[in-house]
Amino acid sequence: MAELRFTKEHEWVRIEGDVGTCGITDYAQSQLGDVVFVELPAVGRKVARGGDAAVVESVKAASEVYAPVSGEVVAVNEGLPDNPAQVNQSPMEDGWFMKIRLSDAAELTAMMDEAGYKAYLATLS
Amino acid sequence: MADADHDALRVTPLHALHRELGAKMVPFAGYDMPVQYPQGVLGEHNHTRAAAGLFDVSHMGQVRLDGAGAAAALETLVPADIAGLAVGRTRYTQFTDVSGGILDDLMVTNAGDHLFLVVNAACKAQDIAHMRAGLGAVALTELADRALLALQGPLAATVMGRLAPEATAMKFMSFGAARLGGIPVWLTRSGYTGEDGFEISVAAADAEALARLLLAQPEVKPIGLGARDSLRLEAGLCLYGHDIDTGTSPVEADLVWSIQKRRRAEGGFPGAARIQAELAHGPSRKRVGILPDGKAPAREHTDIMDAAGRRIGTITSGGFGPTAGGPVAMGYVEAAFAAPGTQVQLLVRGVPRPARVATMPFAPHRYFRG
Repeated sequence: MAELRFTKEHEWVRIEGDVGTCGITDYAQSQLGDVVFVELPAVGRKVARGGDAAVVESVKAASEVYAPVSGEVVAVNEGLPDNPAQVNQSPMEDGWFMKIRLSDAAELTAMMDEAGYKAYLATLS
Repeated sequence: MADADHDALRVTPLHALHRELGAKMVPFAGYDMPVQYPQGVLGEHNHTRAAAGLFDVSHMGQVRLDGAGAAAALETLVPADIAGLAVGRTRYTQFTDVSGGILDDLMVTNAGDHLFLVVNAACKAQDIAHMRAGLGAVALTELADRALLALQGPLAATVMGRLAPEATAMKFMSFGAARLGGIPVWLTRSGYTGEDGFEISVAAADAEALARLLLAQPEVKPIGLGARDSLRLEAGLCLYGHDIDTGTSPVEADLVWSIQKRRRAEGGFPGAARIQAELAHGPSRKRVGILPDGKAPAREHTDIMDAAGRRIGTITSGGFGPTAGGPVAMGYVEAAFAAPGTQVQLLVRGVPRPARVATMPFAPHRYFRG
């Protein structure tokens, strides 16, 4: 059973075993608007929770995508840079960014689950 | 200047309509303005290039100058030939300062018995004070009771032909009065997108009715400031405060075309000594188009470097060009690097990325020249 966790910076991570698939949330993509460029990290790169991991750009602005968990990048969504609109169309599925092998599973306990993230979004409007 | 305080934001006569249309509103130059509608920046950009987009630019300043000496007086503040501007014609120019920098850029129309000026929203209070101090006996009236709409795109003339057929004969950078659905307007065949189109000055009280009439035309959709920026960037047009400011001269900014021959020779405008010297000997740096080789957009303030890694300039506007199909930018480089095709590097997120100096516009101008 995959475990879904969220950050206050609107990234999500879906945990299967010791690997987390990461992306940005539907709220994040709707705030960004049309995504026109995605830059993904190199496979093998070590990332720290909350540190820069990827870049997403709309027509108007560039935004950093932070690593929701610490670990090593073990895969990236190779097709995404050629089809960045997937971030808008399918932020939680086809529009995933990278898979990170977790170095500290304890980080997950401090993160929001889906209900917690929905409650957090409600405080933003 | 722009006031960041939301409570102090001003609104245009179309504010309620923007909200009704579902616009996302942002503070811009002291006004609460639509940055995009539900269609989104990409769709709005493409719609303007394919059909016709309606922009609310009522935040801009509209000013009339009256008096026999108005043209001669205005020439003491701008480098364009205003005395030689024919009735019914419009010219782009700049207010220059004593050191040849640009205080604002503006449009000047000879409306027959007066001059009609359109200036930038963020600069309008300063521009008006500057003119009141510098224009002597010329009577200046701020037309604060008028809204300004822009109808832009290849089908703008189709729309106008339905509402005011005589307007379709107007040529680029010409001016005339008309009625649209019975509403009296002043039309200028101009815009800020590189497309054919009209800027429409209308009494504030009539603005919403006019906007609804235009939006009821099947070709027309509302367009926000987001697409306005990507459209003007592809068209190679300067955004005041970014691509031009008091630190840039019109010659550096590659706006020499806007300084007519008589004024180049005679001078007589603020900063003429520097500007004439740059016209004679060339500026030390120049505004150019920049095309990144890859897909990564280079934003404002990105450093431009030569092949050896020496900093030779800065990006002043940059982003993704939907019509160009990739990243586009403009910026200033040392004059030796200004030739189209020159290889440069852009430092984006700490990584040097190859790019080339390119001719602008990035999307062809499609003005109606008759």
